[in-house]
Amino acid sequence: MSTTTAAPSAAARTGRLRTGLRSLLDAAVTPLSVDDLLDHFAPLRPGAAVGLQGRIVEVQQETADAATLVIKPGRDWAGHIPGQYVRVGVDVDGVRLWRTYSLTHGPRRDGHISITVKAIPDGAVSQYLVHRARAGQMVQLAQAEGDFVLAPAQPGTRHRLLLVTAGSGITPVIGMLRNLYSRNEDSDNLARAAYDIVLVHSAMARDEVIFGAELRAHADAGRLRLIERHTDTDGLLTTADLEAEVPDLAERTAYACGPAGLLDTLEAYYDERRLTLHTERFRPAVVDVDAEGGTLTFAGASATTVETDGSVPILDAAESAGVLMPSGCRMGICMGCVLPMKSGAVRDLRTGELTVAVPGETHPDGVKIQTCISAAAGDCTLDH
Amino acid sequence: MTTITNKAQNPTAHLSPEDIEALGAELDAIRAEVLEARGEKDAAYIRRVVDVQRKLELGSRAVLLVSVFPPAWLLGTAGLSIAKILENMEIGHNVMHGQWDWMRDPKIHSTTWEWDNASTADGWKHSHNEIHHTYTNIVGKDNDLGYGIMRVDEEQRWYPLYLAQPLWNFINACFFEYGIAAYDLELGRNLRTPKEKRSEEFKRNLKNTLRKIRKQATKDYVVNPVLAAPTGSFLPALAANFTANLVRNIWSHSVIMCGHFPEGVETFELKSIPDKETRGEWYLRQMLGSANISGSKLMHIMTGNLSHQIEHHLFPDLPSSRYAEIAPKVQAVFEKYDLNYHSAPLVQQVGSAWHRVIRLSLPNGWLATTNAKNLPSQLKLLYAMTTADKRKRRVMQRLLESAAAKQEKEQALAA
Repeated sequence: MSTTTAAPSAAARTGRLRTGLRSLLDAAVTPLSVDDLLDHFAPLRPGAAVGLQGRIVEVQQETADAATLVIKPGRDWAGHIPGQYVRVGVDVDGVRLWRTYSLTHGPRRDGHISITVKAIPDGAVSQYLVHRARAGQMVQLAQAEGDFVLAPAQPGTRHRLLLVTAGSGITPVIGMLRNLYSRNEDSDNLARAAYDIVLVHSAMARDEVIFGAELRAHADAGRLRLIERHTDTDGLLTTADLEAEVPDLAERTAYACGPAGLLDTLEAYYDERRLTLHTERFRPAVVDVDAEGGTLTFAGASATTVETDGSVPILDAAESAGVLMPSGCRMGICMGCVLPMKSGAVRDLRTGELTVAVPGETHPDGVKIQTCISAAAGDCTLDH
Repeated sequence: MTTITNKAQNPTAHLSPEDIEALGAELDAIRAEVLEARGEKDAAYIRRVVDVQRKLELGSRAVLLVSVFPPAWLLGTAGLSIAKILENMEIGHNVMHGQWDWMRDPKIHSTTWEWDNASTADGWKHSHNEIHHTYTNIVGKDNDLGYGIMRVDEEQRWYPLYLAQPLWNFINACFFEYGIAAYDLELGRNLRTPKEKRSEEFKRNLKNTLRKIRKQATKDYVVNPVLAAPTGSFLPALAANFTANLVRNIWSHSVIMCGHFPEGVETFELKSIPDKETRGEWYLRQMLGSANISGSKLMHIMTGNLSHQIEHHLFPDLPSSRYAEIAPKVQAVFEKYDLNYHSAPLVQQVGSAWHRVIRLSLPNGWLATTNAKNLPSQLKLLYAMTTADKRKRRVMQRLLESAAAKQEKEQALAA
């Protein structure tokens, strides 16, 4: 039997050459890598050692306490679908803090992304982004995530949608609307044919409505039916209001984003009627548990102990003490913060449920816990 | 120098336990002020230092690609030396102390940093942060006192071998990074242990250190010279890297000697340290066991702010950029409690540290009792002590010590 060896393709040869050159240069700058050094010159290039970053291009004031940040993301940005969110790491007073914000544009031609932030009282990051962030500053980014997105348009069918939003809950929806209507006339007409949209938006007052003018312009152009509710005069939005305003509610696919109270009410209402509701939450709903707390011991490379009370997530307590923690969504979804607990007990801040690790009884590698939604319920030892 | 408990005049004798705790509380307050104030400016500072250091190193290495031209060699070597010093001192040492962990930047964090040095970050963090900073200047516990190869305290018995310690110290200064690596591994103790009894941990650490040394040496002595070879600069680039490492080694060795070795810095007896040392007692030991170098801002940066050794030992995890600012407050606490804030210019501190190394290379009392007139007879005595057996040497040592004590008494009376 004879074997033939295919000549290595030119691409493979170039690839090998590049890898060889790369390891030679890495060897010339150890213990750093070439990427560590390139980060000082071109932080937005693909493969940055520091991870995905973005540069703030513009800060636009939306209302007195809300602003839109237009960001040029690094070349590794994989794109997003309107309605998705992005995790942003911002250095506030020198400390890196991560928060999640909806992307408020569809994919843009200039490749920029935008987030719209409402400054909440005592919100370290939101206050910083709205009032202190300036063009030129760098922020850390993660890839876009989330499934709060519209079903794609299908020829011949018209999607009937009900969008219910309150306050800054408008942010993922504005991304969807901009994607549908703000590109060019052709796509505008296509979108009109494909979607029949009712938007119910609740805000404190007319002036408080983020993107107020833009939403009203959409309504005036007949692209959607806008029902604005101002809690100052109309009170909180109730399901009865909704039924009255939207008689064909049951025939519409519903999307809701806003404060936990509103979403809880809507979920109960839709559950009862066995209707589908897509929701987007920015903060986990936390239950009251008896604050116990204890000493957190990090038995791995971090080698630290941290005192904490029973109301603070382990992630926050450890970060405040300077421990470098893996983290993700910070609301118990993505599992990016999971660490093995060797011994001790933690309480799930969302449900109050207790998770216990007993050496010799539970798994020798420890019980994996989500540090972002777990608080110490006694002394705990984590392997980290 | 003698451990404070064996001194005729214990410099802490005038302090009551309440004083010591009060002093601790005052230092805690200074610490709390910095924790409260640190922020954006500090973060910008360390990022700028890292940025400058990396660009300086890159630029210097680029210049060394044509180091066959003497001006390029000089410029590149000077730049690389400074870059290596900055990397080890103001950046590496301080980042590995966790001084910047509060920024939560994974790229500038004690658990992720690796430095441009033969010793591994892990080894260093153990021997330096844990052992040296906890047991500072406790004879027999703090290996930084003489690195286990030198006699740095009167209470260590003298052996003829110590005559050569000025030479050891000089060689150690030239190859300091390897000295540190060996010391992090506790190489001496481990090599004396039979091979089969050495711990797994030691074997693992040894392997990691050897790998690190190989990578470091490959970078400085193979890859960079090879990159410079096309311009005929292989040997000049090799020499430049060697020189830069030498300069960095001697500089860091000198700065570190100034921190704990100058005459007048106190040492402590293990048995005098209470099992449960209070915060105040620990502070007091750090206050007396460290010495500062006075000088310009540039000097402070180039020493990695170890010129503020006292402040660093009191607050090893506060950002180095804050030491200069708190130094006057710390000094005020020293004065209030009538303690000696040991600070002097670099040349003086280095001289003092070397004086101690040389003095203690000789038997106790020898240098003090020697003058130009009796030099021949003293040298004869030294020769006799060197060649004598243990018992005779001890007798001669006692005679020498009593002669020195007598001389000291006479001088005191004359004064």
